[in-house]
Amino acid sequence: MDLEIQQRIKDLTEKHGAENIVVVIGGAEAEASGLSAETVAAGDPTYAGPLAGIALGLAVYHMVEPEIKDECDATVYDEQCGMMEMVLDVDAIIDEVSKVRKEFSKF
Amino acid sequence: MYMLQGKKIIAVGDRDGIPGPAIEECLKSAGAEIIFASTECFV
Repeated sequence: MDLEIQQRIKDLTEKHGAENIVVVIGGAEAEASGLSAETVAAGDPTYAGPLAGIALGLAVYHMVEPEIKDECDATVYDEQCGMMEMVLDVDAIIDEVSKVRKEFSKF
Repeated sequence: MYMLQGKKIIAVGDRDGIPGPAIEECLKSAGAEIIFASTECFV
C-alpha cells in the first residue's frame, strides 16, 4: 500500500478512533487486496511504511463483499461497480480479505 | 444491515479494480461518511 496512504490512515485512526472506522478497498486481485487488508489490520507486512509494526486492527472489507455491497443502493452499485465485478475474481478476493479480517481485525 | 451507518469510511480504491470515487459513491448511498478516498496505481 502507498506510503502516503498508510500515513493518512494512521492519522485518521488517531483522530477518529479505530472503532469508528471501516476501510473499504477496491483491489483488482486477491493477493494485493489481502496485503492491503493486512496492512490496515495487522501492520505493513513489507515493513516499508508508517504502519510497519503497528496493528491498527481496523475493520476492513473489499467493495464486492456482501457485507458492503448489500448495504449500498443497488442501482448505484451497478453503475459504479457492476462492470468490474464481472471481471474480478470475486470469490478469491472475498476468501482472502475475509481471512485477514477474521484473523487481525479487532472491530 | 446498517452496519455502515454512522461509520467513518476510508476508501482505498485501485485503478485496475474499483477506483476510490466509485467506492465513495456506493458508500454514500449506504449512509456512511467518507473521510478519505484515494485510488492506488500499481503501474
